Amino acid sequence: MTHFIIRRAIQSFLLLIGVSLVSFFIQRIAPGGPSAFTENPRLPASYALEQRHAFGLDQPLQVQYAKWLWQVGHLNFGRSFADQRPAMDKILDRLPNTLELAGTALVLGLLGIPIGIAAALRRGGIFDQSLRLVTVLGNAIPTWWLGLVILILSVKTVDIFPLAGVGDGLFDRIHHLILPALLLAIGGWLVYSRYMRSELLEVLGQDYVRTARAKGLTERTVILSHALRNAMIVIITLLGSELAGLLSVGVIMESVFSWPGTGRLLWESALSRDYPVLMAEVVLGATFVILGNFLADIAYGFVDPRIKYE
Amino acid sequence: MTQAATTEASLREAGAAQESYESQSYLQLSWRRLRRQRGPMLALAALIAICVMTIASPWLDESLLHIDPNRGLISERFQAPSAQHFLGTDDFGRDQLARLLVAGRVSLAIGLMVAGISLTFGIAMGLIAGYYPGLIDDGVNAIIQVVLNIPLLFILILLSTLFHPGVVGLSIIFGITGWPGIARQVRGRVLSERQRDYVLAALVAGATDLRIMYRHILPNVFSVVLVIAGFGVGGAILGEAGLSYLGLGVQVPTASWGNMLSNALNYFESAWWMVVAPGAAIVVTVFCIFYFADALRDALDPHLQD
Repeated sequence: MTHFIIRRAIQSFLLLIGVSLVSFFIQRIAPGGPSAFTENPRLPASYALEQRHAFGLDQPLQVQYAKWLWQVGHLNFGRSFADQRPAMDKILDRLPNTLELAGTALVLGLLGIPIGIAAALRRGGIFDQSLRLVTVLGNAIPTWWLGLVILILSVKTVDIFPLAGVGDGLFDRIHHLILPALLLAIGGWLVYSRYMRSELLEVLGQDYVRTARAKGLTERTVILSHALRNAMIVIITLLGSELAGLLSVGVIMESVFSWPGTGRLLWESALSRDYPVLMAEVVLGATFVILGNFLADIAYGFVDPRIKYE
Repeated sequence: MTQAATTEASLREAGAAQESYESQSYLQLSWRRLRRQRGPMLALAALIAICVMTIASPWLDESLLHIDPNRGLISERFQAPSAQHFLGTDDFGRDQLARLLVAGRVSLAIGLMVAGISLTFGIAMGLIAGYYPGLIDDGVNAIIQVVLNIPLLFILILLSTLFHPGVVGLSIIFGITGWPGIARQVRGRVLSERQRDYVLAALVAGATDLRIMYRHILPNVFSVVLVIAGFGVGGAILGEAGLSYLGLGVQVPTASWGNMLSNALNYFESAWWMVVAPGAAIVVTVFCIFYFADALRDALDPHLQD
């Protein structure tokens, strides 16, 4: 197991480099260039060339990548083209907001697990059938659209939800957090309840559950210590992808609620080709997801003895 | 496992209805189970209707409605639904119904292309990676992991801001981001399945690797894959809509449900019909896809026979 963890840690590190390599070259191969150098028409054309030279953009791509990697090794992500601030500073300014939103949604999303269990235990019942409809419907409605519609309706009628921003002070922050966090958590509810239900049903159909029942164990014991433990495995595997999903949907949600988080920064820097900020964003986002998957894989090995890591 | 389920079920069928003892295939049995459920069958019928209508949309627009979906009259801007324009007109005075039909072609095409691309690659890669531990698994896994570990929308935003793709380009982008998820799920299942006795039994009986993967393991991971495929089609339609909201989806004048919806949000207060029509089109279509896929999953699962 220790061997596996070390191997997996090295893999994660290589993975991060792979991610940075791929996203670096995607950005640079694409036609067009940073808009920060050309957006002011009163500056002479030579200004753009000087700036490109100053930021080293006129060098061969592989040299640029090697230099970028070397600097990142020293925790220097370069300076933003737009305002010359260190890219990492710009992101760290906004990171707490994103963590606040995504973290709340992640925890709220776990409520989907008991919902799924309840549905599986009363398969075909009213709760199960209505949950099925609600789940499918919830998946079919874009949450960003739902958010916008709720905001617009709220403004026109009761005006309970703040329109934009994160708010000041604890109470105001929570007030601003409620709607976007709930909307983000919908994804978790839908995914967890669905997987939990189907996985538990699958497990309940297995022979060892029949054996457990046949030897006279109470239904409670069968479910809790035999079925549920195996069914929960799927939840663990979902952790990494759930994190990735939250960061993804978060980008749109931050846009809808004018939430000053890293997602909007990503979008802004992608539009203006602010390469240093963009790279720092992708690396940071990938780090979160890789860490999530790393933990999930280790937990996976602990809970499922059928999976053998050599 | 499939074989056992088949005989068991067909015996029951034969006993109940005094039918012949002719054995039925896995798919026949699943279809039989599915056909009994009214809701999912309605969803399937609605889906087929939507597909036919959108495929026939150029003909419908031209011969039945006599309207060019891309041309409008400024004098007819923002008209509420009426006998002349069943779903009203938009900010350019274009007929919403005509546009909705043509847009559906684009949205559905994206959904299907994405599912096709990501399923083909996802299943193949997942089976191979799960079945061959060691170098091959590591190699495939490395590719899967690199794509999977960049948050989906990050890649989508990167690729679509940088390359300004068209409809096919967008589908390829979604496909590229979609297959690793499928491959990972398939791989996870295969890892667990290949430790089971029936695989060992097949191996002992002298089955080739390809046969074991295709005949024995694939049917057991099939239900998982089908649910993901359903999600893939619907997810791509939703994803395009989301990108459209950020201004990165299918670009006008080509209409998609996504860009119609995100454009309509600018006129929410004055022209509600513009929001309702594309929103309903997306929700109804994706709902039918998900609902049917969900029922299909239960019908295909040999463990879930009642």
